[in-house]
Amino acid sequence: MVKYFACVGLLKSSWDQVCIAFWERYPNPYSNHVLTEDIIFRDVTPSNRLVSRRLLTKTNRAPRWMEKYLPVTMARHAYIIEDSIVDPQNRTMTTLTWNISHARMMSVEERCEYRINPDNTSWTEINREAWISSNLYGLSRAIQEFGLARFKTSVAKTMKGFEYVLAKMQGDTPSRTLTEQAAERARETALVAKEKAKGLASQAHKKHQYV
Amino acid sequence: MFFICYSQTVYGYSALKMNSVGEGCTELKREYDQCFNRWFAEKFLKGDRSGDPCTEMFKKYQHCVQKAIKEKDIPIDGVEFMGPNKEKRDR
Repeated sequence: MVKYFACVGLLKSSWDQVCIAFWERYPNPYSNHVLTEDIIFRDVTPSNRLVSRRLLTKTNRAPRWMEKYLPVTMARHAYIIEDSIVDPQNRTMTTLTWNISHARMMSVEERCEYRINPDNTSWTEINREAWISSNLYGLSRAIQEFGLARFKTSVAKTMKGFEYVLAKMQGDTPSRTLTEQAAERARETALVAKEKAKGLASQAHKKHQYV
Repeated sequence: MFFICYSQTVYGYSALKMNSVGEGCTELKREYDQCFNRWFAEKFLKGDRSGDPCTEMFKKYQHCVQKAIKEKDIPIDGVEFMGPNKEKRDR
């Protein structure tokens, strides 16, 4: 069973600026959970496209209600890979991001296409798709719900992070209230998701005596 | 708790850069990143194909970080570029 999610994002900066910001997006006030960042592969193809692989370490933020269902030995840090292709001739960038650790518990795969906004050529459109799945017996539905909710929160943080970095690049001082708004929204989303997922998890736990 | 984390990062914020997964590789990573960011913005995106001035720096950085990846047993091997779960995506 796979949860699918798609959305379109808009950044009011040029495609060039967004691609530059893409490589400079960490750290930002919305990325405290991202611990390390490394380019582990990079090349320019004969057709002059830049291909890169980035390895990220992130904190493994399982909520407390979930922790009691998970193995005690589970690693605290998660590893994520992000592959990207930048095509300067066609002015497109494609990225694919997925976790290479904890994948059996929950797998999140995200594909993005960055292109010039057709209605305003000085803006950038991001077409985002995600697939969230879990193979953990008895808990898949709860974990997928949690995963989807957390992914939506992450998307909001990603866009805020981009806007922050782009504003800094262009010499503007990012507004602090943007940060506070983002924090409030993230807290609200997390709370709703927590209650929903908790309910699903306790139902599952009653049905199957797992762990 | 989120608010406390934010105010902690604000103090030295402009000086903050990311660390490498290999603790001893962070300096090499930052040097390479600086070179790459300049080349990317000023040459690559502007269609200048005159070649990458960062190859030596990249080699040193990679030598360090690939070693750290092996030591920490990070499962990066055999993962095809843009490859995972193709059947899931082609719908």
